[in-house]
Amino acid sequence: MDLVNVTMTVNGVERSAEVEPRTLLVHYLRDALGLTGTHVGCDTSQCGACVVEVNGITTKSCTMFAVQLDGANVTTIEGLADSDGTFHPVQEAFWAEHGLQCGYCTPGMIMSVNALLQRNSTPTDEEIREGLEGNLCRCTGYHNIVNAVKHAAAEMRGEND
Amino acid sequence: MIPVAFTYHRAETLDDAVARITENPDAKILAGGHSLVPAMKLRLAAPSELVDITGLSELKSVSIGDAIEIGALVTYNELMDNDELHAVCPIFRSAIEQLGDLQVRARGTFGGSVAHADPAADLTGVFLALGGTVHARGHKGDRSIPVEEYFVDLWTTALAPDEVLTCITIPTPGPDAKMVYLKHRHPASGYAVVGVAAIRDGDSVRVTLTGATSKPERLIGAEQALADGLNTETIQAAAEHATDGVVINGDLYADEEYRSHLVRVLVKRALEAIA
Repeated sequence: MDLVNVTMTVNGVERSAEVEPRTLLVHYLRDALGLTGTHVGCDTSQCGACVVEVNGITTKSCTMFAVQLDGANVTTIEGLADSDGTFHPVQEAFWAEHGLQCGYCTPGMIMSVNALLQRNSTPTDEEIREGLEGNLCRCTGYHNIVNAVKHAAAEMRGEND
Repeated sequence: MIPVAFTYHRAETLDDAVARITENPDAKILAGGHSLVPAMKLRLAAPSELVDITGLSELKSVSIGDAIEIGALVTYNELMDNDELHAVCPIFRSAIEQLGDLQVRARGTFGGSVAHADPAADLTGVFLALGGTVHARGHKGDRSIPVEEYFVDLWTTALAPDEVLTCITIPTPGPDAKMVYLKHRHPASGYAVVGVAAIRDGDSVRVTLTGATSKPERLIGAEQALADGLNTETIQAAAEHATDGVVINGDLYADEEYRSHLVRVLVKRALEAIA
Protein backbone atom coordinates (compact mmCIF):
# COMPACT_ATOMS: atom_id res chain seq x y z
CA MET A 1 0.00 0.00 0.00
CA ASP A 2 1.33 3.43 -0.94
CA LEU A 3 2.24 5.78 1.84
CA VAL A 4 0.90 9.31 1.91
CA ASN A 5 2.47 12.36 3.50
CA VAL A 6 0.33 13.84 6.23
CA THR A 7 1.22 17.20 7.72
CA MET A 8 -0.60 18.76 10.63
CA THR A 9 0.05 21.33 13.32
CA VAL A 10 0.20 19.43 16.60
CA ASN A 11 0.38 21.46 19.80
CA GLY A 12 1.51 24.47 17.79
CA VAL A 13 4.29 22.69 15.91
CA GLU A 14 4.05 21.58 12.29
CA ARG A 15 4.68 17.85 12.03
CA SER A 16 4.82 15.49 9.05
CA ALA A 17 4.92 11.75 8.60
CA GLU A 18 4.49 9.18 5.86
CA VAL A 19 1.62 6.86 6.76
CA GLU A 20 -0.82 4.47 5.16
CA PRO A 21 -4.29 5.93 4.50
CA ARG A 22 -5.70 3.44 7.02
CA THR A 23 -3.56 4.85 9.84
CA LEU A 24 -5.81 6.13 12.60
CA LEU A 25 -5.09 9.55 14.05
CA VAL A 26 -4.26 7.99 17.42
CA HIS A 27 -1.56 5.79 15.85
CA TYR A 28 -0.23 8.73 13.84
CA LEU A 29 0.13 10.71 17.08
CA ARG A 30 1.60 7.89 19.14
CA ASP A 31 3.67 5.87 16.65
CA ALA A 32 4.64 8.39 13.99
CA LEU A 33 5.04 11.48 16.17
CA GLY A 34 5.90 9.82 19.50
CA LEU A 35 3.16 11.63 21.42
CA THR A 36 2.13 8.79 23.71
CA GLY A 37 0.03 10.86 26.10
CA THR A 38 -3.00 10.06 23.95
CA HIS A 39 -4.00 6.54 24.94
CA VAL A 40 -5.63 3.66 23.13
CA GLY A 41 -8.24 2.12 25.41
CA CYS A 42 -11.10 0.21 23.88
CA ASP A 43 -10.19 0.94 20.27
CA THR A 44 -13.90 0.82 19.43
CA SER A 45 -14.89 4.49 19.81
CA GLN A 46 -16.41 4.00 23.23
CA CYS A 47 -13.93 4.64 26.04
CA GLY A 48 -12.60 8.12 25.21
CA ALA A 49 -9.00 7.49 26.34
CA CYS A 50 -7.88 8.81 22.94
CA VAL A 51 -9.75 12.13 22.92
CA VAL A 52 -7.91 15.08 21.36
CA GLU A 53 -9.04 18.35 19.86
CA VAL A 54 -9.04 18.73 16.06
CA ASN A 55 -9.64 22.20 14.62
CA GLY A 56 -11.39 23.07 17.88
CA ILE A 57 -13.67 20.01 17.79
CA THR A 58 -13.44 17.33 20.47
CA THR A 59 -12.55 14.09 18.71
CA LYS A 60 -11.94 10.44 19.47
CA SER A 61 -8.65 10.00 17.66
CA CYS A 62 -9.31 6.28 17.14
CA THR A 63 -12.27 7.18 14.94
CA MET A 64 -10.59 9.35 12.33
CA PHE A 65 -7.88 8.57 9.83
CA ALA A 66 -4.78 10.78 9.92
CA VAL A 67 -5.03 11.27 6.15
CA GLN A 68 -8.37 13.06 6.63
CA LEU A 69 -6.60 15.67 8.73
CA ASP A 70 -3.83 16.84 6.42
CA GLY A 71 -3.47 20.54 7.27
CA ALA A 72 -5.46 20.29 10.51
CA ASN A 73 -4.67 21.85 13.87
CA VAL A 74 -4.54 19.25 16.64
CA THR A 75 -4.17 19.68 20.39
CA THR A 76 -3.27 16.66 22.51
CA ILE A 77 -2.85 16.32 26.26
CA GLU A 78 0.83 17.25 25.81
CA GLY A 79 -0.23 20.65 24.47
CA LEU A 80 -2.61 21.63 27.23
CA ALA A 81 -0.18 22.98 29.84
CA ASP A 82 1.55 26.34 29.34
CA SER A 83 5.01 26.28 27.79
CA ASP A 84 6.48 27.08 31.23
CA GLY A 85 4.93 23.89 32.59
CA THR A 86 2.01 25.51 34.41
CA PHE A 87 -0.89 23.07 34.36
CA HIS A 88 -4.10 23.86 32.54
CA PRO A 89 -6.93 24.49 35.09
CA VAL A 90 -8.48 21.10 34.24
CA GLN A 91 -5.18 19.31 34.85
CA GLU A 92 -4.74 21.24 38.08
CA ALA A 93 -8.26 20.30 39.20
CA PHE A 94 -7.71 16.57 38.53
CA TRP A 95 -4.59 16.78 40.72
CA ALA A 96 -6.29 18.82 43.46
CA GLU A 97 -9.39 16.61 43.64
CA HIS A 98 -7.55 13.33 42.97
CA GLY A 99 -9.75 12.71 39.92
CA LEU A 100 -7.89 9.55 38.98
CA GLN A 101 -6.45 6.32 40.27
CA CYS A 102 -4.51 4.40 37.61
CA GLY A 103 -4.46 7.37 35.28
CA TYR A 104 -5.07 5.51 32.04
CA CYS A 105 -8.28 7.34 31.16
CA THR A 106 -7.00 10.68 32.45
CA PRO A 107 -5.59 12.28 29.26
CA GLY A 108 -8.82 11.65 27.35
CA MET A 109 -10.90 12.56 30.38
CA ILE A 110 -9.11 15.92 30.72
CA MET A 111 -9.47 16.68 27.01
CA SER A 112 -13.20 15.87 27.18
CA VAL A 113 -13.69 17.95 30.31
CA ASN A 114 -12.05 20.88 28.55
CA ALA A 115 -14.48 20.48 25.62
CA LEU A 116 -17.40 20.07 28.00
CA LEU A 117 -16.55 23.26 29.87
CA GLN A 118 -16.19 25.17 26.62
CA ARG A 119 -19.81 24.25 25.82
CA ASN A 120 -21.12 24.75 29.35
CA SER A 121 -19.14 26.75 31.93
CA THR A 122 -21.60 26.02 34.78
CA PRO A 123 -22.49 22.34 34.47
CA THR A 124 -24.61 20.58 37.08
CA ASP A 125 -23.50 17.20 38.45
CA GLU A 126 -25.92 15.52 36.06
CA GLU A 127 -24.64 17.53 33.09
CA ILE A 128 -21.08 16.58 34.01
CA ARG A 129 -21.92 12.88 34.21
CA GLU A 130 -23.85 13.00 30.94
CA GLY A 131 -21.16 15.15 29.33
CA LEU A 132 -18.55 12.50 30.13
CA GLU A 133 -20.58 9.51 28.97
CA GLY A 134 -18.07 9.03 26.16
CA ASN A 135 -15.22 8.58 28.66
CA LEU A 136 -14.95 5.42 30.71
CA CYS A 137 -13.03 5.18 33.99
CA ARG A 138 -12.77 1.73 35.58
CA CYS A 139 -11.15 2.92 38.84
CA THR A 140 -12.70 5.95 40.43
CA GLY A 141 -16.44 5.41 40.23
CA TYR A 142 -16.39 8.93 38.73
CA HIS A 143 -17.05 10.67 42.04
CA ASN A 144 -13.74 12.53 42.25
CA ILE A 145 -13.81 13.17 38.52
CA VAL A 146 -17.09 15.04 38.94
CA ASN A 147 -15.51 16.98 41.81
CA ALA A 148 -12.54 17.80 39.60
CA VAL A 149 -14.81 19.09 36.84
CA LYS A 150 -16.66 21.33 39.28
CA HIS A 151 -13.32 22.54 40.66
CA ALA A 152 -12.03 23.29 37.15
CA ALA A 153 -15.26 25.01 36.14
CA ALA A 154 -15.09 27.31 39.17
CA GLU A 155 -11.41 28.00 38.52
CA MET A 156 -12.07 28.85 34.87
CA ARG A 157 -14.88 31.19 35.97
CA GLY A 158 -12.39 32.86 38.33
CA GLU A 159 -14.12 31.71 41.53
CA ASN A 160 -11.48 29.57 43.30
CA ASP A 161 -9.45 31.88 45.49
CA MET B 1 -7.62 -2.42 15.35
CA ILE B 2 -6.44 -1.85 11.83
CA PRO B 3 -8.92 -1.67 8.94
CA VAL B 4 -8.35 -3.34 5.60
CA ALA B 5 -6.15 -1.12 3.41
CA PHE B 6 -7.89 1.39 1.17
CA THR B 7 -7.10 4.34 -1.03
CA TYR B 8 -8.20 7.79 0.04
CA HIS B 9 -9.72 10.44 -2.18
CA ARG B 10 -10.61 13.92 -0.95
CA ALA B 11 -13.52 15.09 -3.12
CA GLU B 12 -13.06 18.58 -4.51
CA THR B 13 -16.65 18.87 -5.72
CA LEU B 14 -19.88 16.93 -5.33
CA ASP B 15 -19.64 15.75 -8.95
CA ASP B 16 -16.10 14.58 -8.25
CA ALA B 17 -17.44 12.43 -5.38
CA VAL B 18 -20.23 11.05 -7.58
CA ALA B 19 -17.70 10.25 -10.31
CA ARG B 20 -15.49 8.32 -7.88
CA ILE B 21 -18.26 6.14 -6.48
CA THR B 22 -19.67 5.60 -9.99
CA GLU B 23 -16.30 4.41 -11.25
CA ASN B 24 -15.59 2.28 -8.17
CA PRO B 25 -18.79 0.71 -6.78
CA ASP B 26 -16.74 -0.58 -3.84
CA ALA B 27 -15.88 2.97 -2.71
CA LYS B 28 -17.62 4.45 0.30
CA ILE B 29 -18.50 8.04 1.09
CA LEU B 30 -16.82 9.34 4.26
CA ALA B 31 -18.59 12.14 6.13
CA GLY B 32 -18.55 12.20 9.96
CA GLY B 33 -17.25 8.65 9.89
CA HIS B 34 -18.63 7.70 13.29
CA SER B 35 -20.50 4.68 11.96
CA LEU B 36 -18.26 3.81 9.03
CA VAL B 37 -14.85 4.00 10.73
CA PRO B 38 -15.83 1.77 13.70
CA ALA B 39 -17.32 -0.72 11.21
CA MET B 40 -14.09 -0.67 9.18
CA LYS B 41 -12.00 -1.24 12.31
CA LEU B 42 -14.10 -4.30 13.11
CA ARG B 43 -13.75 -5.27 9.43
CA LEU B 44 -17.50 -5.40 9.10
CA ALA B 45 -16.90 -2.94 6.27
CA ALA B 46 -13.89 -3.09 3.96
CA PRO B 47 -14.26 -0.53 1.17
CA SER B 48 -11.34 -0.37 -1.26
CA GLU B 49 -11.61 3.41 -1.41
CA LEU B 50 -12.87 6.22 0.83
CA VAL B 51 -14.24 9.35 -0.81
CA ASP B 52 -14.02 12.11 1.78
CA ILE B 53 -16.74 14.72 1.24
CA THR B 54 -16.09 16.72 4.41
CA GLY B 55 -14.51 19.56 2.43
CA LEU B 56 -17.70 20.28 0.46
CA SER B 57 -18.96 23.47 2.07
CA GLU B 58 -22.22 23.43 0.06
CA LEU B 59 -23.35 20.45 2.18
CA LYS B 60 -22.91 22.19 5.53
CA SER B 61 -25.83 24.60 5.81
CA VAL B 62 -29.21 24.59 7.53
CA SER B 63 -31.99 26.81 6.17
CA ILE B 64 -35.47 27.27 7.54
CA GLY B 65 -38.47 28.47 5.55
CA ASP B 66 -41.56 26.54 4.43
CA ALA B 67 -39.24 23.60 4.69
CA ILE B 68 -36.27 22.87 6.92
CA GLU B 69 -33.30 22.01 4.73
CA ILE B 70 -30.39 20.24 6.39
CA GLY B 71 -27.18 19.68 4.43
CA ALA B 72 -25.62 16.23 4.48
CA LEU B 73 -22.59 17.33 6.52
CA VAL B 74 -24.41 19.16 9.33
CA THR B 75 -23.30 17.56 12.59
CA TYR B 76 -25.46 16.59 15.53
CA ASN B 77 -23.94 19.36 17.64
CA GLU B 78 -24.64 21.94 14.95
CA LEU B 79 -28.30 20.86 14.87
CA MET B 80 -28.51 20.80 18.65
CA ASP B 81 -26.97 24.27 18.98
CA ASN B 82 -29.21 25.82 16.29
CA ASP B 83 -31.70 27.98 18.23
CA GLU B 84 -33.68 28.88 15.11
CA LEU B 85 -34.21 25.19 14.38
CA HIS B 86 -35.08 24.52 18.01
CA ALA B 87 -37.77 27.22 17.90
CA VAL B 88 -39.65 25.51 15.05
CA CYS B 89 -38.68 21.86 15.56
CA PRO B 90 -37.58 21.13 19.13
CA ILE B 91 -37.54 17.35 18.65
CA PHE B 92 -34.05 17.55 17.13
CA ARG B 93 -32.40 18.93 20.26
CA SER B 94 -34.23 16.59 22.60
CA ALA B 95 -33.47 13.52 20.46
CA ILE B 96 -29.83 14.40 19.86
CA GLU B 97 -29.27 14.90 23.59
CA GLN B 98 -30.16 11.21 23.92
CA LEU B 99 -27.73 9.85 21.34
CA GLY B 100 -24.02 9.05 21.25
CA ASP B 101 -21.69 11.12 23.39
CA LEU B 102 -19.96 14.50 23.22
CA GLN B 103 -17.44 13.35 20.63
CA VAL B 104 -19.92 11.39 18.49
CA ARG B 105 -22.24 14.40 18.39
CA ALA B 106 -19.31 16.65 17.46
CA ARG B 107 -18.46 14.58 14.37
CA GLY B 108 -21.51 12.51 13.48
CA THR B 109 -23.99 13.88 10.95
CA PHE B 110 -27.74 13.60 10.47
CA GLY B 111 -27.14 12.90 6.77
CA GLY B 112 -24.72 10.13 7.62
CA SER B 113 -27.18 8.54 10.02
CA VAL B 114 -29.89 8.58 7.36
CA ALA B 115 -27.51 7.21 4.70
CA HIS B 116 -26.22 4.47 7.04
CA ALA B 117 -29.74 3.47 8.20
CA ASP B 118 -28.66 1.66 11.34
CA PRO B 119 -31.79 -0.02 12.72
CA ALA B 120 -30.99 1.36 16.20
CA ALA B 121 -30.37 4.93 15.04
CA ASP B 122 -32.44 7.66 16.67
CA LEU B 123 -32.88 10.38 14.06
CA THR B 124 -34.10 7.98 11.39
CA GLY B 125 -37.30 7.48 13.39
CA VAL B 126 -37.55 11.20 14.10
CA PHE B 127 -37.16 11.94 10.38
CA LEU B 128 -39.92 9.48 9.45
CA ALA B 129 -42.23 11.06 12.02
CA LEU B 130 -41.54 14.56 10.71
CA GLY B 131 -41.95 13.43 7.10
CA GLY B 132 -39.90 14.85 4.29
CA THR B 133 -37.52 14.03 1.51
CA VAL B 134 -34.01 12.75 0.95
CA HIS B 135 -32.15 14.51 -1.86
CA ALA B 136 -29.32 12.78 -3.64
CA ARG B 137 -27.05 13.26 -6.61
CA GLY B 138 -25.98 10.40 -8.85
CA HIS B 139 -24.18 10.25 -12.17
CA LYS B 140 -27.48 10.77 -13.99
CA GLY B 141 -28.38 13.83 -11.96
CA ASP B 142 -30.39 14.81 -8.90
CA ARG B 143 -33.16 12.73 -7.36
CA SER B 144 -35.62 13.25 -4.50
CA ILE B 145 -36.89 10.31 -2.44
CA PRO B 146 -39.83 10.67 -0.02
CA VAL B 147 -38.89 9.34 3.41
CA GLU B 148 -41.76 6.82 3.24
CA GLU B 149 -39.97 5.13 0.30
CA TYR B 150 -36.44 5.71 1.51
CA PHE B 151 -35.77 3.20 4.29
CA VAL B 152 -35.79 -0.31 2.80
CA ASP B 153 -34.36 -2.71 5.38
CA LEU B 154 -31.47 -3.20 7.82
CA TRP B 155 -28.73 -0.75 6.73
CA THR B 156 -30.45 -0.59 3.34
CA THR B 157 -31.94 2.50 1.72
CA ALA B 158 -33.29 3.55 -1.65
CA LEU B 159 -30.02 5.33 -2.42
CA ALA B 160 -28.38 3.85 -5.51
CA PRO B 161 -24.70 2.82 -5.31
CA ASP B 162 -23.69 5.87 -7.36
CA GLU B 163 -25.73 8.37 -5.33
CA VAL B 164 -24.50 10.77 -2.65
CA LEU B 165 -27.03 12.03 -0.12
CA THR B 166 -26.84 15.83 -0.41
CA CYS B 167 -29.53 17.15 1.90
CA ILE B 168 -32.72 16.36 3.76
CA THR B 169 -35.82 18.53 3.65
CA ILE B 170 -38.60 18.42 6.21
CA PRO B 171 -41.85 20.40 6.06
CA THR B 172 -41.63 23.04 8.76
CA PRO B 173 -44.07 22.07 11.53
CA GLY B 174 -46.91 24.46 12.36
CA PRO B 175 -46.42 26.89 15.25
CA ASP B 176 -48.63 24.82 17.56
CA ALA B 177 -47.07 21.46 16.70
CA LYS B 178 -46.08 19.23 19.61
CA MET B 179 -43.38 16.62 19.32
CA VAL B 180 -41.43 14.23 21.47
CA TYR B 181 -38.84 11.47 21.15
CA LEU B 182 -38.65 8.89 23.92
CA LYS B 183 -36.05 6.19 24.09
CA HIS B 184 -35.11 3.10 26.03
CA ARG B 185 -31.37 3.08 25.54
CA HIS B 186 -29.15 0.05 25.68
CA PRO B 187 -27.30 0.48 28.97
CA ALA B 188 -23.88 -0.28 27.48
CA SER B 189 -23.98 1.00 23.91
CA GLY B 190 -26.50 3.80 24.32
CA TYR B 191 -28.22 2.74 21.10
CA ALA B 192 -32.02 2.71 20.94
CA VAL B 193 -33.50 -0.58 22.11
CA VAL B 194 -36.83 1.14 21.48
CA GLY B 195 -37.22 4.72 20.27
CA VAL B 196 -40.63 6.30 19.76
CA ALA B 197 -41.20 9.64 18.05
CA ALA B 198 -44.64 11.25 18.13
CA ILE B 199 -45.62 14.47 16.38
CA ARG B 200 -48.95 16.23 16.51
CA ASP B 201 -49.43 19.00 13.96
CA GLY B 202 -52.99 20.24 13.53
CA ASP B 203 -55.23 17.17 13.14
CA SER B 204 -52.35 14.95 12.11
CA VAL B 205 -50.58 12.65 14.56
CA ARG B 206 -47.63 10.59 13.36
CA VAL B 207 -46.03 7.96 15.55
CA THR B 208 -42.85 6.12 14.55
CA LEU B 209 -40.65 3.40 15.97
CA THR B 210 -36.92 2.78 15.71
CA GLY B 211 -34.58 0.34 17.43
CA ALA B 212 -37.06 -2.52 17.65
CA THR B 213 -37.54 -2.98 13.91
CA SER B 214 -35.31 -3.55 10.90
CA LYS B 215 -36.00 -0.03 9.68
CA PRO B 216 -37.92 2.91 11.13
CA GLU B 217 -41.64 2.22 10.93
CA ARG B 218 -44.82 4.30 11.12
CA LEU B 219 -47.04 2.82 13.83
CA ILE B 220 -50.23 2.82 11.79
CA GLY B 221 -52.19 0.88 14.42
CA ALA B 222 -51.50 3.59 16.97
CA GLU B 223 -52.19 6.42 14.53
CA GLN B 224 -55.55 4.92 13.49
CA ALA B 225 -56.62 4.58 17.10
CA LEU B 226 -56.23 8.35 17.43
CA ALA B 227 -58.71 9.22 14.67
CA ASP B 228 -61.01 10.87 17.22
CA GLY B 229 -58.24 12.89 18.85
CA LEU B 230 -56.00 12.35 21.86
CA ASN B 231 -57.67 11.50 25.14
CA THR B 232 -57.16 8.92 27.85
CA GLU B 233 -59.14 6.23 26.02
CA THR B 234 -57.67 6.78 22.55
CA ILE B 235 -54.13 6.94 23.92
CA GLN B 236 -54.66 3.65 25.75
CA ALA B 237 -56.05 2.10 22.56
CA ALA B 238 -53.15 3.50 20.53
CA ALA B 239 -50.65 1.93 22.93
CA GLU B 240 -52.43 -1.42 22.75
CA HIS B 241 -52.43 -1.36 18.94
CA ALA B 242 -48.93 0.12 18.60
CA THR B 243 -47.29 -3.03 17.30
CA ASP B 244 -50.15 -4.06 14.98
CA GLY B 245 -48.68 -5.13 11.64
CA VAL B 246 -45.11 -4.40 12.75
CA VAL B 247 -42.44 -7.08 13.04
CA ILE B 248 -40.60 -6.50 16.35
CA ASN B 249 -37.07 -7.88 16.50
CA GLY B 250 -35.49 -9.48 19.54
CA ASP B 251 -31.92 -9.94 20.65
CA LEU B 252 -29.92 -11.03 23.71
CA TYR B 253 -30.70 -7.83 25.59
CA ALA B 254 -34.40 -7.55 24.80
CA ASP B 255 -36.53 -10.28 23.28
CA GLU B 256 -39.54 -9.62 21.08
CA GLU B 257 -42.04 -9.75 23.96
CA TYR B 258 -40.10 -7.33 26.16
CA ARG B 259 -39.44 -4.95 23.27
CA SER B 260 -43.14 -5.00 22.33
CA HIS B 261 -43.98 -4.12 25.91
CA LEU B 262 -41.50 -1.22 25.82
CA VAL B 263 -43.05 0.00 22.56
CA ARG B 264 -46.49 0.13 24.16
CA VAL B 265 -45.16 1.91 27.25
CA LEU B 266 -43.21 4.51 25.27
CA VAL B 267 -46.05 5.10 22.79
CA LYS B 268 -48.38 5.80 25.69
CA ARG B 269 -45.92 8.16 27.35
CA ALA B 270 -45.14 9.92 24.07
CA LEU B 271 -48.82 10.48 23.27
CA GLU B 272 -49.48 11.75 26.79
CA ALA B 273 -46.64 14.21 26.29
CA ILE B 274 -48.14 15.68 23.11
CA ALA B 275 -51.82 15.44 24.12
